[in-house]
Amino acid sequence: MRKGQNRFVVGFLLVPVALYLIFVIWPYIQTFGYSLTDWKGQSQTFAFIGLDNYTALFEDDIFLQAIWHNILFLVFIPVITILLALFFAFMLNAGGRGRAGGVSGVAGSGFYKIVYFFPQVLSLAILAVLFGAVYRSDSGGMLNGLLMKLGLVDESAPIEWLNEPNMVLWALILVVVWHGVGFYLVLFSAAMQAIPRDIYEAALIDGAGRAHTFFRITLPLLWDSVQTAWVYLGIAAMDMFILVSTMTAGEYGGGPDHHSEVMATVMMRNFLLYGRSGYACAMGVVMLLLTLIVSVVMLRATRRERVEF
Amino acid sequence: MGSTTAEHEHGPDGVDTTHPEGVGRRDLIKRSAALGLITVPTMSFLSACASGGGGDDDTSEDTQGETSESNPFGVKKGSKLDVVIFKGGYGDAYAKAWEAAFQKKWGVTSTHTGTQEITGKLQPRFNAGNPPDIVDDSGAQQIPIDVLYKNDQLLDLAAVLDAPSIDDPAKKVRDTLIPGTLDAGMQEDKVVALNYIYTVWGLWYSGKLFKENGWEEPKTWADFLTICKEAKAKDIGGLAHQGKYPYYINVAIMDLIAKTGGLDAMKAIDNLDPKAFVGSDAAKAGVEAIYEIVEKGYLMPGTNGLTHTESQTRWNQYKAVFITSGSWLENEQLKQTPDDFDMKFMPMPLLPDSVMPFEAIRAGSGEPFIIPSKAKNLPAAKEFMRMMLSKEWSTLFAKEANSLTILKDGVDPGVQLRPGTQSTVEASQAAGDNTFRYLYTEWYSEMDTAIQNASNELMAKRIQPAEWLKRAQAAVDKQAKDPDSKKNRRD
Repeated sequence: MRKGQNRFVVGFLLVPVALYLIFVIWPYIQTFGYSLTDWKGQSQTFAFIGLDNYTALFEDDIFLQAIWHNILFLVFIPVITILLALFFAFMLNAGGRGRAGGVSGVAGSGFYKIVYFFPQVLSLAILAVLFGAVYRSDSGGMLNGLLMKLGLVDESAPIEWLNEPNMVLWALILVVVWHGVGFYLVLFSAAMQAIPRDIYEAALIDGAGRAHTFFRITLPLLWDSVQTAWVYLGIAAMDMFILVSTMTAGEYGGGPDHHSEVMATVMMRNFLLYGRSGYACAMGVVMLLLTLIVSVVMLRATRRERVEF
Repeated sequence: MGSTTAEHEHGPDGVDTTHPEGVGRRDLIKRSAALGLITVPTMSFLSACASGGGGDDDTSEDTQGETSESNPFGVKKGSKLDVVIFKGGYGDAYAKAWEAAFQKKWGVTSTHTGTQEITGKLQPRFNAGNPPDIVDDSGAQQIPIDVLYKNDQLLDLAAVLDAPSIDDPAKKVRDTLIPGTLDAGMQEDKVVALNYIYTVWGLWYSGKLFKENGWEEPKTWADFLTICKEAKAKDIGGLAHQGKYPYYINVAIMDLIAKTGGLDAMKAIDNLDPKAFVGSDAAKAGVEAIYEIVEKGYLMPGTNGLTHTESQTRWNQYKAVFITSGSWLENEQLKQTPDDFDMKFMPMPLLPDSVMPFEAIRAGSGEPFIIPSKAKNLPAAKEFMRMMLSKEWSTLFAKEANSLTILKDGVDPGVQLRPGTQSTVEASQAAGDNTFRYLYTEWYSEMDTAIQNASNELMAKRIQPAEWLKRAQAAVDKQAKDPDSKKNRRD
């Protein structure tokens, strides 16, 4: 019986595994192969040059700077997004003052839940256009227009949000956070609703305030969801290609003067503009490795005893 | 706490799966597999390269007619012509007008394809040995000319260029073209692509705004600054540029350098001279002049962070006097330009002690047209290209696409052109042989990007001219040292 079962399972798995190998794994292997050549990307002629591309990578200031920016994103995007989402989710689900002894969200929480989710409906491309208009560098921009009306910004010297080296990364982080909070709010809400009411009620009877309830009950019981959110946001922070390339200055973005460069934008510029495709493939391999390391580390670092209830 | 949700979970075989370690590891594997799908989506196009080949079809099946003096290639009446046109900034209406004229004259019907996906539509056809007869291989998805050439897919256009011109049969076609415009389509001394559109770069302004304020076209840098100053007093920006793409402000900087120091200053940059920027008086004068605009506050507010369409539209709304661009500007802005705007082109004004005259402009050719070597109807394709280089078709193009062609004096003087295009005609006639064109932008894209970044910093007032010169020189030196970049040279 067991034997027949195995054959049955293998039969089902064969096709998907084959597809996965051909369309997912094989391109990775190909990329690694190309990364050992001086391929120019316009024809199938190239020479094997060993690890030269990789040694060149470690002397490429722009790529190293890009890695640094990705790391900054990696630190700030998940932290800010998760904290905000947790706070909002808690307020919507358990933050209301105990009316009639029950546990509920703040007034109007059903409405807020829907509104918070709105940004998630937009695609990144639309988001880039939208925030392009918000950050626009003359009086036509939403932020600049507003600040000018309030008399905080001189009309002849508007703030060039995306053209200021010290501001551009924060401007991008804000967009990602704005986009992501709603989704993680819903994720955390769902997890919170799975927490038995009576735990909260017991806490309430014991006289726990909002903060206590959150740190002692909600957060520990949500840990699995937080961990998942952490990994997904980490992966998003390692990419950032669409936003950076469409919103910031230069071919494939990264401006002003490489101050918002991420690994993916440097890679694309080398691949398509400079005709250094082999070198770009080496960057791709490094990106893959770093992203893998990041997710392993994040899962390890956030692992803790699972709470059963 | 009575109503807890789940007891210990058990796998189908009774194996306890709740052990935290086990769950963590399994989740990890699942998630890392998932991220594999997400992180590097750009890699799948790697396998998309294909090389030439295909069947050895007989190319002249029934398309070769009798040759005669008026029909040098032997176009056969009743044959068919397959035309593919890149439908970008110039549209494809001009090609339809050509094809109608071609059918009228030769009785050859054409199938017309206007598309932006040149590679996607044509690569398979080249591979199968079934390419169209004539192609405008342009746009973001063009098939690189050198790749096609290496695969023996391109016809040497010498036969067309050495044929008698339609307008003056005593002359060869190549002698009716603006000098130097064929260079861009050369591979190993053979012209295999005809870069058909003649482009000039420089400053643009509104004739209406000038008239209202009693301004004249500034010929010197001092006059230019005076206009900027007067404009500022009226809350109009002096110069707008497409800040998000510093390519445009580099046109202004580099043109000033070339006009001040002459062709030698330009070639020093293209030839990666160790004194191209640092140690060049022309470069110093040019970049300092541009910085003067920044320092005196003559830039349109916010222009440093705007895209090309945003700043061009602002300029169309009279928020700035001048803007830098190439001759595609008028067609690009057609919808945003007020009817009485009266768009005008002018060369960069002169700095003191300039080597070149005021009329000198940056000019060159673009938009490569090719004839595949395996085209089915070669005689008609060649004749089609010969007719493209006639005054009649060149005029048709100028009318439909608001741009000039590489044909010398190629637009019939009786034709009413749009004001901007008309002013480029006059400017290029006034320039005569005083044209120049940088090639480093095509040769060394990395160096180009580095200089663009430096210019962005300069315009934002974050660096000074001396620092700009240093950074630009560093970019030149880096390119000169790069063992991978092919070394080009011009004399």
